[in-house]
Amino acid sequence: MVVSGFVAQCQRDLLLAFRQRSEVLQPLLFFVLIISLFPLGVGPGPQILQKIGPGIVWVAALLSAMLGLERMFRDDFNDGYLEQMLLSPTPLPVLVMAKVVSHWIVSILPLIIVSPLLALFLNLTSGMLQALVLTLLLGTPVVSLLGAIGVGLTVSVQRGGVLISLLLLPILVPLLIVATAAVDAATVQLPYQGQILILAALLLLSLALAPVAAAYALKVSLE
Amino acid sequence: MWKWLHPYAKTEQTYLLCGRLLPWFSVLGLLLIVTGSVWGLVFSPADYQQGDSARIMYIHVPTAILSMSTYAAMAIAAVIGLVWQIRTCDMAVAAIAPVGAVITALALFTGAAWGKPMWGTWWVWDARLTSELILLFMYLGVLALYSSFDDKQKGGRAAGLLAIVGVINLPIIHFSVEWWNTLHQGASITKFDKPSIANEMLWPLLINLVGLAFIIGALVLLSLRNEILRREIKRPWVGKLTGEQNNAI
Repeated sequence: MVVSGFVAQCQRDLLLAFRQRSEVLQPLLFFVLIISLFPLGVGPGPQILQKIGPGIVWVAALLSAMLGLERMFRDDFNDGYLEQMLLSPTPLPVLVMAKVVSHWIVSILPLIIVSPLLALFLNLTSGMLQALVLTLLLGTPVVSLLGAIGVGLTVSVQRGGVLISLLLLPILVPLLIVATAAVDAATVQLPYQGQILILAALLLLSLALAPVAAAYALKVSLE
Repeated sequence: MWKWLHPYAKTEQTYLLCGRLLPWFSVLGLLLIVTGSVWGLVFSPADYQQGDSARIMYIHVPTAILSMSTYAAMAIAAVIGLVWQIRTCDMAVAAIAPVGAVITALALFTGAAWGKPMWGTWWVWDARLTSELILLFMYLGVLALYSSFDDKQKGGRAAGLLAIVGVINLPIIHFSVEWWNTLHQGASITKFDKPSIANEMLWPLLINLVGLAFIIGALVLLSLRNEILRREIKRPWVGKLTGEQNNAI
C-alpha cells in the first residue's frame, strides 16, 4: 500500500510536470540568466569569477529552487487534490515524500545537469566542478525537503510566493556555508570529505523530520 | 502540575493570570533596570582599555543574551501548543515573536554602536553578529507568516511550527557560521577573550539582565492579553469585561 501509493504519486506528478514543460523550464532559464548576469556585474576577470563562482552558483540554485517550490502544492490545493491526499489510506508523509522526490527531479535536477556549462562561464576548474556537482546533489534535496514545509505552511495564504523565500532562506544558511566551503577547499585541492559528510548529515536529518513536519503543515493549512 | 496548568488552556483564565502577573513583572523590571542602568552608566568604573564606551555593555549584553532565550521561550510555547493542542500557547507564540524581534534588533543596534568606536566599523561578518542577524530574520519570518493568515488560529499554529523548525536549525546555523568565519578569516579581531569581569561591573550587568528579562515578560504579558482579546472578541466574557453586551454572540 505504502510503496504503491508512493509510486503512483510520483508518476502522477512527473506526468503533470511534463505536460507543462514551459513552467518547468522557467526556473532553469532563470538559473542560467542569474549566473550570466554576474560576470556582467562584477567584471569578466577570470580570477574574480573563479573566486566567487561557487557562491554564485549556489545562491542562484537556491533562488531558482524558491521559484519552483510553489508548484509543489499550489495547484493541488486549488483543485482540491490535497484533501484527497489527506483522505487517502497511504500515510500523508509518504505522499509528501513522493511529491518532494518528483519536485526535485523536475525542478532541480535540470539545474545540476546544466551546471558543467556554467562552470565554463565562471572559469571553474574540473576539481571545483566535481565538488560543486557533488554538493549540489547532496544539498539540493535538503532544499526540496525544507521547501515542502515552507510550501505546506503558506499554501492557503494568498500570494505566498515571496513569503516562502522569507521563511526558508534563513534556514538554508548552513547549507550554503558548508557547500561553498567544500568547493572552496577543492579550489586549492584540499580534501573536502568533511564538508560532504556534514551535507550528508543535514540531508539525513531533514529526510527524517521534514516529511512529517510538512504533512503537519498541510493539515494545519487545510483545516 | 497538569491539574494546575490545565485551566490556563481556557483563554479567560490566561487573560486573568496575565493581568495578575503584569504589575509584578513591570514594577520589578522597571526597578531593576533603573538601578542597573544608573549603577552601570554612572557609578561603575570605566573600562581601562575601552573607556566610557564600554558602558553600552550594560544594555548590549542583556539584549543579546535574552534575544536567544526569548526565541527558546517561543519555541517551547510552540511545542506545548503542538503537542497538547493548547490554543493559548499558539497565542503566546504570536505574542512573543514581536517582542523578541525588537530585542534582537536592539542587540544588533547597540552592538553596531559599540563596534564603531572599538573596532572602527559598524559591522563585521563575525560569527556572533551573523547568527544574531539570522536570528532576527527568523523572528521576522515567524511574524510575516503569522500576519499573512486571515484566520489567526491557523496562523498561530503555522507560526508555531515554523518556530520549532527554526529552533532545531538554530544550533546548526550557529555552528556552521562559527566554522565559516574561522575558515575564511582565521582568528578575528572581534573574538573577545572571556573577560574576567570586575565585580563592580558584573553586578549592574546582572541586575540589568534580570531586569530586562522581567521587562520582556511584562511586554509579552501585555501583548498576550491583547492577542487574547483580539481573537476572542466575540466571546461573552470579553463583552462582559468591556461592559459591552452587544458584541456577545
